[in-house]
Amino acid sequence: MKVVLRNPRREVEVAGNRRVKDVLRDLEILPETVLVIRGDDLITADQHVGDADTIELRPVMSGGV
Amino acid sequence: MKCRKCGNAAVLELRRHNAAFCGPDFLEFFRNQVREAIRKYRMFTPDEPVLVAVSGGKDSLALWDVLIDDGYRTTGLYLDLGIFDYSVESRGKCEAFAAARGVPLLVRRVADEVGAPVPVIKSVTRRPPCSGCGLSKRYLMNRAALDEGMPVVATGHNLDDEAATLFGSVMHWQTDALPRQSPALASTHPKLVRRVKPLYRLSERETAAYAFLRKIDYIVDECPFAKGATSIAHKETLNRMEDASPGAKHNFLFGFLEKARPAFERAEAVVLNECTRCGQVTTGTLCAFCKLADQVKRSL
Repeated sequence: MKVVLRNPRREVEVAGNRRVKDVLRDLEILPETVLVIRGDDLITADQHVGDADTIELRPVMSGGV
Repeated sequence: MKCRKCGNAAVLELRRHNAAFCGPDFLEFFRNQVREAIRKYRMFTPDEPVLVAVSGGKDSLALWDVLIDDGYRTTGLYLDLGIFDYSVESRGKCEAFAAARGVPLLVRRVADEVGAPVPVIKSVTRRPPCSGCGLSKRYLMNRAALDEGMPVVATGHNLDDEAATLFGSVMHWQTDALPRQSPALASTHPKLVRRVKPLYRLSERETAAYAFLRKIDYIVDECPFAKGATSIAHKETLNRMEDASPGAKHNFLFGFLEKARPAFERAEAVVLNECTRCGQVTTGTLCAFCKLADQVKRSL
């Protein structure tokens, strides 16, 4: 499956057919730091993603104070 | 995962609340948190005009969206920092948002006010880039509100911003900064407008989810100068604590506001003067903004 990452924007291929939380763990991304977007929807970490899916992991951190 | 309120499929899990919500119920949860913040700290009344400082990012545009929907009289204020394409894009987001909703937007250019844009300020001062930028923004927000006759400025600071700032202050025991950290700072001088942070109860993941679900077109890329900022390192530390113990950030910030801040507030006694040059409020004779502008002018 394809995962779209930001800052900078890039795409990586990872194994699918598992839960979102397993993909996040593989990529060492904390669930608190991203929105998980599939198509036009947000999905929760317990949802299953297939091999043909594309998800965007959109960072939520803004900063510099 | 099911929505806590209606039982439909959830789109967002909020571990710190031990809850998950569907889209419509999350939006209502979000708006209720903003309403509770405004009520608890008496931030403003429905009759008062509110200047909303907007950056084109998710937080400030989400805040403006909620306030417009709740019928507040708002005007946006965009401060153009002059940070290359980032500022061009973020200004465009604010202008498009304001035009689509038919609300007024003021634009002020930092370069016009300080004498140079943020990248130049960064290069001619020894301050970290976010420091000179933040100083300029706080000053210009206050002055724009005074110029426009608006009693209050609302900013999009969220729970993560506030927890990270608190963490930084505590790490260095900046006891003068602690009493000034509050979701609402009253006007303590005729030339100082009230400053409020109606999103302080909401995490930045929640504001991002709100902006996404409301289809707000915001700038996702971060400021090019934010990389390496101390506040981001603090946020990362806090997020690891949050992952191990959901609610950690909330408890840290809310515990401070309820239990610790009053003690530091009593300890602070500051005399406010008017800057001998610009007339804005300062604790000295020449304000930090005028000193910064001097430094920029000398080096150009």
